[in-house]
Amino acid sequence: MSALTEPRHYTSELNYLNNGWTLKSWLLTKDHKRIAMLYLISITVFFALGGLFAAAVRLELLTPPGDLMDAETYNKMFTMHGVIMIFFFLIPSVPATLGNFLVPMMVGAKDLAFPRVNLLSWYLYVLGGIFAIYAAVQGGVDTGWTFYTPYSSTYSNTAVIVTAMGAFVAGFSSILTGLNFIVTVHKMRAPGLTWGRLPLFVWAHYATSLIQLLGTPVVAITLVLMMLERGLRIGFFDPALGGDPVLFQHLFWFYSHPAVYIMILPGMGVISEIVTCFSRKHVFGYPFIAGSSLAIAILGFFVWGHHMFVAGQSTYASMVFSLITFFVAAPSAVKVFNWTATMYKGSVSYATPMLYAMGFIGLFTIGGVTGVMLATTALDLHLHDTYFVVAHFHYVMVGGMVMAFMGGLHFWWPKMTGRMYHEIWARISAGLVFIGFNLTFFPQFILGYMGMPRRYHAYPEEFVVLNVMSTAGSSVLGVGYLLPAIYFIYSLYRGEQAPPNPFRAKGLEWETPSPPPTENFLTTPVVTEDAYAYAEKEVKALV
Amino acid sequence: MSDAHVGTLEHTHDEEHVAHQFDNAQQQYESGNLGMWLFLLTEVMFFGGMFGAYAVYRTWYPDAFEIASRTTNIPLGAMNTLVLIVSSLTMALGVQSAQLGKRKRLAWMIALTMFFGLVFLGVKAAEYSEKWHHQHVPGLNWNWTEGEGGREVQILFCLYFAMTGMHAMHMVVGVGIMTWLLITALKGRYSPAYYNPVEISGLYWHFVDIVWIFLFPLLYLI
Ligand code: HEM
Ligand SMILES: [Cu+2]
Repeated sequence: MSALTEPRHYTSELNYLNNGWTLKSWLLTKDHKRIAMLYLISITVFFALGGLFAAAVRLELLTPPGDLMDAETYNKMFTMHGVIMIFFFLIPSVPATLGNFLVPMMVGAKDLAFPRVNLLSWYLYVLGGIFAIYAAVQGGVDTGWTFYTPYSSTYSNTAVIVTAMGAFVAGFSSILTGLNFIVTVHKMRAPGLTWGRLPLFVWAHYATSLIQLLGTPVVAITLVLMMLERGLRIGFFDPALGGDPVLFQHLFWFYSHPAVYIMILPGMGVISEIVTCFSRKHVFGYPFIAGSSLAIAILGFFVWGHHMFVAGQSTYASMVFSLITFFVAAPSAVKVFNWTATMYKGSVSYATPMLYAMGFIGLFTIGGVTGVMLATTALDLHLHDTYFVVAHFHYVMVGGMVMAFMGGLHFWWPKMTGRMYHEIWARISAGLVFIGFNLTFFPQFILGYMGMPRRYHAYPEEFVVLNVMSTAGSSVLGVGYLLPAIYFIYSLYRGEQAPPNPFRAKGLEWETPSPPPTENFLTTPVVTEDAYAYAEKEVKALV
Repeated sequence: MSDAHVGTLEHTHDEEHVAHQFDNAQQQYESGNLGMWLFLLTEVMFFGGMFGAYAVYRTWYPDAFEIASRTTNIPLGAMNTLVLIVSSLTMALGVQSAQLGKRKRLAWMIALTMFFGLVFLGVKAAEYSEKWHHQHVPGLNWNWTEGEGGREVQILFCLYFAMTGMHAMHMVVGVGIMTWLLITALKGRYSPAYYNPVEISGLYWHFVDIVWIFLFPLLYLI
């Protein structure tokens, strides 16, 4: 049964990639693996686009005066950057690509439960993306990615409705993906694959899907109300008409705080897979990692008020939200400790995916701990809306999720494409990403602590050194992201053929050819052991 | 519900309608149902956002809301409530007909459900035009002459139109689904071995009805 002892060669067989080359066979595909590829291409486009806007922001901040662009343009740049990166890159990043590809394979199914719905979700995503691009062409938006009223609904003169419509539509694509995952995990597991044997990647996606189902509809309706208010000049949130702008913030963060966990849980799932594989050990505390995903999903719904400590929320409410926010950091910490314990005394090897995973663990920890700092009401009074917050969420989102995404992409690239990428180049770029990232964002903690506010295009002289460091770092980071684009594409043409299981990893997806056949498995798999029976295997091999 | 289960279990040998990703009809049946229930859960959250806003403003402006809800047309609202309850009944009878393999009755029940849905939408349109005449449409045609508190009253009307409008859009979708069901039912697609589409469409229909059952007292009665 193991690919470890008897290497097989499937290269000449029909697989999901060479099974039809026409454009139609891609655009009307119902194969979850092809849809994952469609998503991968489209989110890469948006990542590049969002990156361009980020470059504009960092260039403006290279010098203290607002010389490159005026304040209005700058506002549009960071707004478009945030909207695109959050709604069109980070939320779909891991779930819609790696998740789409792997969840059915990891549970030993032929496809997701609703392949047509899956394709629909990609089209919704594209439609939402077209709205966003159209808004950019129309002159952009300047409300910030949070669309706060009454600025968004009354005062802004930019393409607010079109952009919000884009986020609204993309939200439904996210809901449909989540729905598909939950049904698939419940109903389509292979014989022998009990809940306790599910890979942690699947657990993480299950928890993510719950948030997508319960949270996204709320932001959807909130955006609808905001658009109605703006379009018809009526008052849901407009204080001049008796409405309450803070109610918008409550509704918005009720989704958007849980949404930050949509943007990290799938990454945590990736890390669990990589860390075990490259430590060659059974994961430490499986039930705790699985359970903490659910705990995060549930607790995450009760902390939204920590975004509103200075928005006129009662002190009492702030205290409660602060307390629950401390609690929500605990399950994240549980995961970090368990990954570390998994590596402890493992035979750790430093292949590219593992480099990214280790980067994730360190950077996510910094991001999480600074989150707890922000959750203390007294500190947040000083740090709210400063660069400290910007640094915090980039440590979790970029240092965490994007690292995990890159790690996962390297880990499963051979499986997805049947080709090996260039390991040396991959390690170099992982190093560049790590250095570039820290150089970009660590100074921002200090800037925020010193009092530099976010969302301004100019700043006082004394902040210049740290800002130059940050801009310099962002160019290194940019190179770090560009290199993989090059060597990944190169690998498609010249890369070595990938064996079914190049990393000797556990999991059903590795027991089928690379790239997998359209039906995923040549025969329906039967699961007879735990997800991470690395150690057992090695021991048996010795005996 | 439970006999429905037994019904499919007996007929798992009928694999004609099983999509390729499923192992058998039972798995497909359960997946379809779970999928619809999850979808309805998202719908609960979707409407929940508006119910939340309603609760907040209701607490803040109880008087204005009372004045505003007095201008709604209770007889028409009550009639629509009745229409929807009956439509839920015909829908349920439709599912039962499908389970029992009574194809003709199934087609009739779907047609009736669709008819009641259209009646509901017609009455709703009449109510909207009545509001338009009274200039009770915020943003488009608004002029509050019935005394104090127009600013706050306006919020209730915003919510009224947002909530009933969103509900009516769900009704339109529901009528669309019924049309599709009717066509496929007339083609003889459904049988005791395969009636999942009828059942999950029914779930959707009942859900939309239930939303109205909440909207009616909140917007008309209290
Ligand atoms: C360890 C758990 C975490 C805690 C305790 C935490 C805490 C906080 C707090 C208190 C704020 C508000 C700061 C302010 O506006 O003054 C905040 C902002 C933010 N956090 Fe976190 N956070 C955590 C994890 C995450 C994760 C995992 C993500 C995303 C992947 C994230 C993304 C964000 C974003 C985007 C903002 C800023 C939103 C904005 O105003 O634009 N956080 N966090
Ligand atoms: Cu938050």
